[in-house]
Amino acid sequence: MTGDSAATRALWVALPTALIALVAWAFVTLDPLANLGGGVPPVEELTVERTVLDDNGIKLLIRAGGTEPMVLAQVQVDGAYWRFHQEPEGSLARLNQAWIDIPYPWVLGETHHITLITGTGVTFEHTIDVAVATPRPDRDMLVTYALVGVFVGVVPVVLGMLFFPALRSASVNTMTFTLALTVGLLAFLLVDTMAEALELAEAAAAPFSIVELVWLVAAATAAALFAIGQRTGAPYAPITLAVSIAVGIGLHNFGEGLAIGSAFATGAAALGSYLVIGFTLHNITEGVGIVAPLTKQRPSIVLLGGLALLAGLPAVFGIWLGAFAFSPHWAALALAVGAGAILQVIVQVSWLIQRQAQMAGASSAVASLSGGALGLVLMYGTSLLVQA
Amino acid sequence: MNLFRPSRRGLLGGSLLGSLFGITAARAQSGPAHGGSAHSGASRTHAPGVMMTVGEVDNAANGFDPHDILTDWDTGTTRVDADGRTVRTFEVTAEDKEIEIAPGIYFPAWTYNGRVPGPTLRATEGERLRIVFRNHGSMPHTMHFHGIHGASMDGILGAGEVEPGGEFIYEFNAFPFGCHLYHCHSVPLKRHIHKGLYGTFIIDPDPARHPDAVEVARSRLLGSPENMRWQEMVMVMNGFDTNFDEENEVYAVNTIAHAYAKKPIVIDRDRPVRIYLVNVTEFDPINSFHLHANFFDYYDHGTTLTPTLRTVDTIMQCQAQRGIIEISFAGFEPGRYMFHAHQSEFVELGWMSFFEVRA
Repeated sequence: MTGDSAATRALWVALPTALIALVAWAFVTLDPLANLGGGVPPVEELTVERTVLDDNGIKLLIRAGGTEPMVLAQVQVDGAYWRFHQEPEGSLARLNQAWIDIPYPWVLGETHHITLITGTGVTFEHTIDVAVATPRPDRDMLVTYALVGVFVGVVPVVLGMLFFPALRSASVNTMTFTLALTVGLLAFLLVDTMAEALELAEAAAAPFSIVELVWLVAAATAAALFAIGQRTGAPYAPITLAVSIAVGIGLHNFGEGLAIGSAFATGAAALGSYLVIGFTLHNITEGVGIVAPLTKQRPSIVLLGGLALLAGLPAVFGIWLGAFAFSPHWAALALAVGAGAILQVIVQVSWLIQRQAQMAGASSAVASLSGGALGLVLMYGTSLLVQA
Repeated sequence: MNLFRPSRRGLLGGSLLGSLFGITAARAQSGPAHGGSAHSGASRTHAPGVMMTVGEVDNAANGFDPHDILTDWDTGTTRVDADGRTVRTFEVTAEDKEIEIAPGIYFPAWTYNGRVPGPTLRATEGERLRIVFRNHGSMPHTMHFHGIHGASMDGILGAGEVEPGGEFIYEFNAFPFGCHLYHCHSVPLKRHIHKGLYGTFIIDPDPARHPDAVEVARSRLLGSPENMRWQEMVMVMNGFDTNFDEENEVYAVNTIAHAYAKKPIVIDRDRPVRIYLVNVTEFDPINSFHLHANFFDYYDHGTTLTPTLRTVDTIMQCQAQRGIIEISFAGFEPGRYMFHAHQSEFVELGWMSFFEVRA
């Protein structure tokens, strides 16, 4: 009996699968849409994924997104046809990449407009807003960038954690207020991270559908983290919660690092110390948020240090990656993971607030509302310092 | 933290603040690996010939060669009517055709006789002209001649517009002598012109009608012994908007970007040069012609036998303006003499050429 049903089940898998294949084959062979397409030129799409400026000129990493293989016929720089070399040569199939090497005498600090012209005369514009030599990953540069990363990532988190003793002596209401502040801060980071992820997704090659993927990856990350959290059945232990917050913030700081690194690579880094101080102030709140669940614990210095590194150090890797190996689609997906993680942490901290309030038997509405609002206001206010 | 789209304004504003971080940034820009050149970016890229289209156009596939177009006069067929008057008949067919206007860039052109510019029609002052125009294209087209003719022969909507598959015969007398043009006057006008429907229409002066300047008139009359001395060529300044945004991506003389830069026009130093120059460039108000290291005489519209401008090295033409340029390289050092539009924009987008002057 069971053998029969297994065979039946197998049949009901095989039959639809075979039909799908048959329909696809018939569609391609019979081409019922031929009447719609007659003589219409193929859709062409070109995305510039990386820009490298050095002593030899300008190099672009392009990705084709045409419905058929397309040809990069000519390149204009600042309205002039310019010699170029394509590697690998030849036409570009859908999603294929190639490096375009243009021996153009670019000028430091000025803007350059590049027009890529395909075989059908369609043009794709790429602007280098501020021309600066693209940094090379030698030891000096890695160290310099690491320093910047520590400044915008680790230092502010540590500074924020210094509020820990003050938080420990606080009443339940103050505790609730602080945790709510963390939720507000995380809510801001969630929106900010998603906004950046979507902005990057717009810059990625269209066939990848990165905009959709960003939403899906964020949701999937949150769902996966919820599933892992639910396995224990109990609410997160304070330390687990602190680690979760640190990881979520770390992923966000990774995204911030990417932004800063790519800003270095594209010349916007001259924004100067204003920017670093802005990021530092902006991220101090993050330190407060991480230690907020630990006020009833006696965390060791090692644990606190570990949390600070978990939350802050990803900024360094983000800067390295952003400066030396930037590609908009990977950056967008990394940020989407961060957004998902942050969403899950928001829910966890909210549960903690609720639980504490229940245990204390007092209403926490005023404290949680005002705390959350202050978190948002603080993050928004300090974000004004880092708007490029 | 909208750092992914840095702006130049942001750079300038930020740099005012200077600082510790500014120094870090400066190191990033001109660190030891970069050699620290502060005022130039890429420094080893000034090799000659880099500002140029890459590759070659397949003239055979196009069905026309820009070097042949220079001297490819279409004189039609002639007969003498009962009154003893020469009747000259031209045959022109409009057809849709994809042409390669710069290496690798294909343009869905509308053409006269399968080429852009269309055939250079050449007649003699006073002749009766018959132009048999057939439309094998996908749109209604006309041939509107810049010349003297009756209203019914004007080549506009209601006066000689030909539906696809149709035919019309334009008839008029060849006046005035000069360097003229014809083009399609169907609407939308811009589209019909810039898609490639234009050509040069030259009426040589009849020496018998100009007793006070017989020698000059003869030198302009195709086939006369005086005319054989001259190195005559036609140049149509045109442009192509390949992405249809009402701006040209490619500029040229006789369609193919950089054709005469990559393969210069060979000139015999000791024989005078005469250029029939026509501007049909769409979208831009003017085009121009500038010759290096020499000066020339210019006959605006070519309707006079004495120059309208003497000893100039740059002339400009609005759309449909045209004229005759006469140059002498006698006694010049052999070598390459550049000529181009003196709008740098057009130069850099393809309208740049050389004469190769040989002793």
